[in-house]
Amino acid sequence: MSVVRIPPVLRAVVGGAKQVSAQGSTLAEVLDDLCARFPEVKEQVLTQEGGLNRFINVYVADQDVRFLKGLDTPVGPDDTVVLLPAMAGGQKQLQK
Amino acid sequence: MGKASRELLRRARTEVKEWSPAEVQHRLSDESVVLVDVREKHEWDEGYIPGAVHVPRGYLELNIEEAVPDKEATIVLYCAGGVRSVLAADTLKRMGYHDPISMAGGFGMWKALGYRFTQPRVLTQAQAKRYSRHLLVPEVGEAGQLKLLDAKVLLVGAGGLGSPAAYYLAAAGVGTLGIIDADIVDESNLQRQILHNLSRIGRYKVDSARETIEALNPDVKVVAINDRLAKENVAEIIADYDIIVDGTDNFPTRYLLNDASVLARKPVVHGSVFRFEGQLTVFSPYDGPCYRCLYPEPPPAALAPSCAEAGVLGILPGIVGMLQASEAIKLILGKGEPLVGRLLTFDALSAEFQELRLYRDPHCPACGEGADPVNLPTYEEVCALPA
Repeated sequence: MSVVRIPPVLRAVVGGAKQVSAQGSTLAEVLDDLCARFPEVKEQVLTQEGGLNRFINVYVADQDVRFLKGLDTPVGPDDTVVLLPAMAGGQKQLQK
Repeated sequence: MGKASRELLRRARTEVKEWSPAEVQHRLSDESVVLVDVREKHEWDEGYIPGAVHVPRGYLELNIEEAVPDKEATIVLYCAGGVRSVLAADTLKRMGYHDPISMAGGFGMWKALGYRFTQPRVLTQAQAKRYSRHLLVPEVGEAGQLKLLDAKVLLVGAGGLGSPAAYYLAAAGVGTLGIIDADIVDESNLQRQILHNLSRIGRYKVDSARETIEALNPDVKVVAINDRLAKENVAEIIADYDIIVDGTDNFPTRYLLNDASVLARKPVVHGSVFRFEGQLTVFSPYDGPCYRCLYPEPPPAALAPSCAEAGVLGILPGIVGMLQASEAIKLILGKGEPLVGRLLTFDALSAEFQELRLYRDPHCPACGEGADPVNLPTYEEVCALPA
């Protein structure tokens, strides 16, 4: 199982966890698993067509998936997936 | 001069060749001639021959091999009147230098003959004292401190990030600090915005910032801009600065600043904080990614974080703001590895730093191939109403 690091602004929608485990051998599968358990993550990460939103960056093993295979990027069991949404700065948070 | 000194000098003169200033002037066009000024620092500060290396006689034996490693070079030494340089040349000869030459008449004669000399820009005595701990650091030194004094840094925001960044940049002697902010000081700011204090509540933040900085360091010129960055003023405001420290808290300003700084090719030291976590990076146009390389556009209003105030550990913007100041100083000095193409995150709760690589997007609408940074969309505040 890989680990998904949840950015501070999205923690409210995953029950406050800093990181959660998720299953899957590609990024798409890992995100599907994550969104199945925390549906509110979905619209933050994925477009309605199922692609990655442009206002969030996703890293697998410290590499930006836009420069790998996008949602088809393989995710190993020891890999960490990092979600990095656009942060405005000091004083905003996503409200549940 | 006593008898023994005269004897020492007489003997040295039999060993050392002397050139007149006219001969030295004539030979300077020959690139193999190395000119060494052996006077004290206060004499050097009053003027020296262009191209000369400064090795005070007191440090001659210790430093000359680092300053002039080639012992076969044609070395011409000079002092004020041509006495110390003879003794210095004699010393070099004994250290194995091939044929050191002393300039007869020294710098005094050189000047009297009307030859060209340079007067270095130096720190005042008060500055030398104030920045003495910088002067001891090889990466800063007097030349670096003068760079800092000449530098112009714009701080966007005089709040949680801008306060510590501005305070430390001022302490470091960054000569011009522009600060743009339209807010007034509120009691709830004082938990982290250390430029302000109780007596400033209700006053404009830029005025409060100026007072604090001027009380700390009179070398710093504070340009207080009591305004918000907007499409109409951004290009004009940033034009006056070398580096921008971004301490804003909203998407429209981030994009506005990014697009203008890409156009003007000015680096932006970007920081943000949330509760116990902060992050920073340096957007250096065309050297590394810009903000739009990372996020071509902000989230739509429906998905944007709400404008509700979120908490932050007061110390956290202090840490991130000071890291921003540190990056700004590295950029000014041209030293170290700036955080270009790297995002540094800090988690105060776990006391952990982490780093992610950021890449330029070849299709970036601001800095990619065929991009048009002049005509990019600007944004209104996009935060959604709290549910």
